[in-house]
This record gives sequence, C-alpha cells and structure tokens, in this order.
Amino acid sequence: MATRATAPAVTGTRGQTPGRTAPVRRAGQGQTASWRSSLAGVGFVIPFLVAYGLFLVWPVIQGFRMSLFNWSLTGSGTTDFLGLGNYREAWADPNFWSSLWHTVLFTLLSTPPLVILSLILALLANRVIPARWLFRLAFFAPYLLPVSVVTLIWGWLYQPGFGLINGYLTRAGLDEVGWLSDANVAMISIVITTVWWTIGFNFVLYLAGLQEISPDIYEAAALDGATGLEQVRSITLPLLARTTTLILVLQVLASLKVFDQIFLLTNGGPNFSTRPIIQYVYEQGFTTYRVGFASAISYIFFLLIIVISLGQFALLGRRRERANG
Amino acid sequence: MASQVGQIGAAPGVGLDTRRADPAAKTAEPHAGKSRLGDRIAFGVLVLFAILWFVPLAWAVATALKPEAETTDIPVRWIASTVTLDAFQAVLSAGNLPRWYFNSALTSLAITVITVLLASLAAFGLSRTRFRGHNLVFGLILAGIMVPGQILIVPLFTEMQFFRMVDTYWGIILPQVASPVAVFIFKQFFDGIPRDLEEAATLDGASRLRVYWQIWMPLARSAIAAVAIFTFVGAWNNFLWPFIVITNPDMMTLPVGLSQVQTAYGIRYAQIMASAVLGGLPLLVVFLFFQRQIVQGIAGTGIKG
Repeated sequence: MATRATAPAVTGTRGQTPGRTAPVRRAGQGQTASWRSSLAGVGFVIPFLVAYGLFLVWPVIQGFRMSLFNWSLTGSGTTDFLGLGNYREAWADPNFWSSLWHTVLFTLLSTPPLVILSLILALLANRVIPARWLFRLAFFAPYLLPVSVVTLIWGWLYQPGFGLINGYLTRAGLDEVGWLSDANVAMISIVITTVWWTIGFNFVLYLAGLQEISPDIYEAAALDGATGLEQVRSITLPLLARTTTLILVLQVLASLKVFDQIFLLTNGGPNFSTRPIIQYVYEQGFTTYRVGFASAISYIFFLLIIVISLGQFALLGRRRERANG
Repeated sequence: MASQVGQIGAAPGVGLDTRRADPAAKTAEPHAGKSRLGDRIAFGVLVLFAILWFVPLAWAVATALKPEAETTDIPVRWIASTVTLDAFQAVLSAGNLPRWYFNSALTSLAITVITVLLASLAAFGLSRTRFRGHNLVFGLILAGIMVPGQILIVPLFTEMQFFRMVDTYWGIILPQVASPVAVFIFKQFFDGIPRDLEEAATLDGASRLRVYWQIWMPLARSAIAAVAIFTFVGAWNNFLWPFIVITNPDMMTLPVGLSQVQTAYGIRYAQIMASAVLGGLPLLVVFLFFQRQIVQGIAGTGIKG
C-alpha cells in the first residue's frame, strides 16, 4: 500500500534530475567502478537504515506482533497467542469507541477554525503592509512553546473564580463557565487552546502561498473594476486552492494525533469525556500494562490514519491533475 | 505523502524567502486608492486578534511578577501592589529548572546533529549513487513518513527496556534520530544540484566521503539549516516520548518537567507561571533573532504533529 502511494514521488524526483550519469559512468569506467560506486552508495545509506530499522521498522513489526498476544509489560511476558482476540476485545469495548470518538470530535472541531481563521488572518496580514512581521510574531510565537507551557498558562486562564476569563465574565455580570470541569465545555476549551497554540503554522503557510500570487493579476482585475472582496473571491481563493488542500491534509492528520494538550489540561476528563484514543493506548500500555491490547488499539488507529491519508492523497492528486490540465 | 512534503518544500518556503517585500508592496497598490477604508478595517481586525493572541502570554508574565498572596485576588488585577521577582527566584533556586534546561539542550542538540548527519549521508547515497534496491530503499524510507510516532510508544518502550536505556539520555535521543522527512528534504536538495563540481573532485581522486563532506555539505547549508531547525524545535518541544521513557526527575526534559510542576508547587500560581515563562523563553528569544529562518525551516518543510 505504502509503496504505491510513494511511487509517483520517486519517478517525480528522478524526472527532475536530467544529469543522473550513473549509466554513463558505468560505460566509461567499466564494471569495477560501477560495483565500487554501488558499494559506496550502500555505505552512505546504511547508518540511516540501521537507525531506521531499529527505531521505526522494528517497533512497527513488534507492535503488530504484540497485538496478537496477551502480552504484559511486567514480567518476562505472558505471551499466550490470542490471534485477533485483542482486536475483538477492542471492538466490543465502549471505552475504545468513546475515546476514538473524542479524537474524531476534536478533529472535527479544531480543523475548521485552524484552516479558516488562519486563512482570514493571512489574507488580512497580506493586505496590511505596516508591521506585518509583528503579526507574524504574534501568531507564530505560541507555536514554538512547549505543550506544557501552553497548558500551564491556559489551565491558569481557565481557573474558576480568580482565573482571568472567569474573572472578566463575572465582572461583566455573566455566569462563570466551568471551562475544564464541565463535560459539555471541556472539549471546546481544549480546541480554543489548540487554535491559539498552533494556528501560526497554518498562518505562515498561507502567507507564503499568498506571496506566490503574482501582483499583476490583481492589477488587471482592478483595472476591470473588481473590488477587494471580489478579487479575494475570484482570484485569491482559487489560486490558494492547492495551499488550502495541503493545509487541510496536514491539519486533519495532526488533529487526529492529539494527545499532549488534552492529557495535560484535563487528563481526559471530566469523567473521561475528552480522553483521546492515544491516551487510551497510553493508559492500557503503561498503567494497566496490557501492552498487547494497547498495541491492538494502536493498530486500529494506524489503519484509520492510513485510510484517511490515502483518501486525502487521492484528493490532492486529483486537484493537481485538474490544475495541470 | 512524499509528494505533499515535496510540494511544500518547493513552493511556499521559497516564496517566503525571496519575494517578500517587493510583490507585497505592489499588491497593495491596486486597491490602495480605492479602499483605504478596507485597509484600515483589515488593520484594525488584525490588531484585535494580535492582542487576543498576546493576552495569555501577558497574563502569565503579569502573574509571575505578583507576590504569591495576590495571585488569587478577586476581582482580577493585572498589576499587583508590588512588582516582584520572588517567584522567578524561587523557581530558579529551588526547582529542577536549570537541570531540565540542560537535559533539553543536550538531547535536542544530539538529536539534531545525528539526524542531520544520518539523513544527509543517506540522501547523498540515494541521490548520487545507484545500487541494487535503490528505489526500494527510498520507497521504504518515504513510507515511514506515514507512520505516526504515537503508535510506536509501546514497542519502543519495551525495546528501550531491552537496551537498558530507560531513564537515560540515549533513551531520549536514539528513537528520535531516524527522520524520513529529513532524508527526503536533503535528497530533493541534492537532486537539484548540477554534478560538475563533484565530477571534478572525483576525477581528482578524492574519496566519496570527502566529496560529501568538503563539497556537498557546504553547498547544502540552506537544507541543513531547515532540517536542523525543525528537528531541534521538534525535539525541544517533544513531550510524549521523553514522558514515556523518563521517570527520574533529574533526567526530565523541559516539557516533561514542567508538566509536573502543577502538582509539585501546589497552588502557588506565581511560581507556576514563572516556570512557564522561563520554560517558553529560550525558543522565543531565539525566534526573535532568527524569525525568518525559523518560519522557513518549519513551514518550508511542512511538518506538524
């Protein structure tokens, strides 16, 4: 599956390299040189491949193996083969489904503001000339903060009573909101924090995309009498379609992997109402030590990620074809 | 996946760099006469959002500068009766913060150096030599871009137990050094360079390793910068893996250590905010000086999460 997805890229990069002279050299210097060059090539790649094999390929394989056993983190392993038993258990486990739903819900709630608001901010910033670097600083700086700094600050902002937000709410005569303690609100609060923290990334991607658009197009449109808003609708947005698809793809994948900020802000609460799937994996693996079951959950999630990625690449590929054609 | 990363790497990153000031100025021209008002509204809305984005940071600093007793005053006040650095002093002298700075700096630097070396060597091999299984190897590496690191925590942890690397620096470092994206970025860069230089050097009899080190690496400075920046920022801010592999407070990195201060300090909010401010400070200061490079290094390579 994976090879198929990457195949076009391989041919693509090779296409960009007209000067690939390996065959020429082979003809010129004979069989020995080619053999030696081949060996050298392998030599360059091997250090990476060793690390890659040890810390990526092997865990992927080992994780799948674990998922087929009743494997425990403690002791030297009660390794009864279960076949798909762990997967069947996950399938019947309401906690698995609810945490998977929280991950999906977080993705559904966080993606629209992170894509649309970043676009709006970038459109505005691209229009404004003075102090643009200052805006980039303001929106991008939070992205560089470690997650625990973000959650410490936002946990403090969300405090009942003397928290800044509730403080202003009560001063305005409104009721306090249990930002992190109310099960109906907690996920929204997490999304707000996430938008604040990560919007800078999409913002700079959009800014870069906007600067690729030739100013001549706008000049022509202005001569035709198109107003600013019309220009945005009929020129900017269509020309940004590729950037938007790209940001959407990256955002959905990033949101699906959510764990850190939820774990640190609510620890999945109140009453497990925000616990994402990765946290369920973590709890099964590291607090109840059922690494076999945890691996099975991981792999169901992995499958979901692969399916969504492939779907999105198909979408992206179609877009590009349309753009080229 | 590969093609996406490539796209970002090629397109917006470059645009950000070379065509920043000039086209922007021209863009403004057409509607300058027509909608001064629009520009002003745009500016106003932006300022509003910028303030919104700034408030959490400002509130953290304001809290950290208060005497502990006044942090929980109702109604909320921005400036306390006295401005004091007590909280910063307390955190720096009593806490583990300096130690966490050191751990984060050490492991992030090691991860960055090893990642750049491994990935550039591999990319050089893939870009400049042909060998049997060449495409298979590259395909395998690209496929790795799709694997979310989060699903590997369980098998990686048992592997670290096997290597006796739990609670060690190597335990933090090693699982973070094999970056398929870094290989991809270096390979793209190497693929785009004409071969003349290398040919001359090879004919001179220089070994391939010397060609790589003395000719290609200096040429690849921009690619190295991009990979180094996103690797370093990613490693510095990584929470999940160090959290899994480290339990000893003396070995914790900054993000992991800071996640424990809430319970450690109880409800001393001035101290909690002081440590949050100190924890966020290093990268923000670096960012002030290298804004453009950092934005390019991170956005130009399109990695996230």
